[in-house]
Amino acid sequence: MSSLVTVRDLGFSSGGREILSHIDLTINKGELVSLIGPNGAGKTTLIRAILDLIRPDSGSVTRAPGLRIGYMPQRLVIAPTLPLPVYRFLALGGRVSEAECRQALEDVGAKDIWETQVSQVSGGEFQRMLMARALLRKPELLVLDEPVQGVDVGGQTELYDLIGSLKNSHGCSVLMVSHDLHLVMSATDRVICINGHLCCAGHPEDVSRDPSFIDLFGERAANVALYHHHHDHHHGLDGRVLDGQAEEPESGSGHHHG
Amino acid sequence: MDEFLIRAVAAGIGIAVVAGPLGSFVVWRRMAFFGDTLAHSALLGIAIGLLAGFNLTLGVFAACIGVALALAAIRDRGPIAGDTLLGIMSHGTLALGLVAVAFAGSAGLNLLAYLFGDILAVTRIDLIWIYGVGAVALGGLMVIWRPLLAITVHEDLAAAEGAPVRKINLVFMLLMALVVAAAMKVVGILLVAALLIIPAAAARQFARTPEQMAALAALIGAVSVVAGLGGSLSLDTPAGPSIVVAALIGFVVSLMVPGRRPSVSQ
Repeated sequence: MSSLVTVRDLGFSSGGREILSHIDLTINKGELVSLIGPNGAGKTTLIRAILDLIRPDSGSVTRAPGLRIGYMPQRLVIAPTLPLPVYRFLALGGRVSEAECRQALEDVGAKDIWETQVSQVSGGEFQRMLMARALLRKPELLVLDEPVQGVDVGGQTELYDLIGSLKNSHGCSVLMVSHDLHLVMSATDRVICINGHLCCAGHPEDVSRDPSFIDLFGERAANVALYHHHHDHHHGLDGRVLDGQAEEPESGSGHHHG
Repeated sequence: MDEFLIRAVAAGIGIAVVAGPLGSFVVWRRMAFFGDTLAHSALLGIAIGLLAGFNLTLGVFAACIGVALALAAIRDRGPIAGDTLLGIMSHGTLALGLVAVAFAGSAGLNLLAYLFGDILAVTRIDLIWIYGVGAVALGGLMVIWRPLLAITVHEDLAAAEGAPVRKINLVFMLLMALVVAAAMKVVGILLVAALLIIPAAAARQFARTPEQMAALAALIGAVSVVAGLGGSLSLDTPAGPSIVVAALIGFVVSLMVPGRRPSVSQ
């Protein structure tokens, strides 16, 4: 297997704060690699280093010579003052023909939004539009930063399925960032879990049993990950639904799923 | 029509046609304050020109370009200190300019003409400046149009796709400095930014592509120049502010038109 990207002992700090240290990572041809970690773990920073948008303070990033990367950034906000139909957004990335743009939009299952203003498309359509622009690079590696952000649960599953099928139909590798463990796990060849440093890496099932992973996400997350169970809220002792990102009960007093 | 009036209309339209497309980018990139800062620094250029004894127009261009380069350098040094820094530079250069002009003992200098413009006093030489600079700015903007638009939408994505982000941003800032310096004669230092953003904002309502908005902004700007000058003559109001008022009326009217505002067409 030839590697497309190799990251060796990478370190990066910003404003005196160490964001990444001692990161090693390899992406091989044909692999779907998921990069997970809690908010603020440095996932996007690592992506930016791989894309050569920032220079690491230490260590190295090696890309295969002439590697074509299709990049899908985190959900971006397009100024509402800018009138921009989807077909124009797609063509912004480089010299591409109209036929190629139409094909890319069809590949992601969104050919109906060709003339729609980008300010008017739904969350799921927006992500597909971003994916289409990444595909127009004819990528050997797709780098997707939180590809299902702002999409409802049903749409998330569809998007993950789409990513899997695009990987096969276009024969590219995929590096996908997520902080959402549940749906990612099943489709992935390899999971890399970071939190400033490399926590653990390997096959999804091994990672979810790794003590450092359980440490980071809690026992329940490990179970959830294995059972592909989506749950977006926490329960209190009485079963009351607590708000969004409540602290994980340390004693395990909240109930477990799975 | 008197010749000075023909020159005034020609100068105003020349500026409006460039300010429309450039101003659209100013609106998309939320850089209105940046335009103000450039314009205010122009007064400093005049003062320096007076003190050092060289051509005032050149002094204005030099000051605007200098400030644009300084801001670009700060911008590249990580997160710009935001609107506070721009505000300090904007009003700091204006105040410095006013003080320095007083220092220069401005014999025969009409300060108001610089603050509010003096379009009726546009000379043949001014016209050559305006059209020369306008042609360079419009040509330059067309050359960098696609990458600049890509950067405006998302800087990281554009960079990952190979756009030379820093270079394009720098060129854009320099083009703005050129146009601001040239536009000063028409509406004055205090109102230059208005000529950039108001026609573009008025055009938004009716545009479905970036190019439509840019072209429409140029048209609205040109109409504002003619209407403003006409109003100024018949009502005996100052020309520069009248042009901006005409553009403002255009903007308000655009808000009331039941727009083709982002409709979903399939």
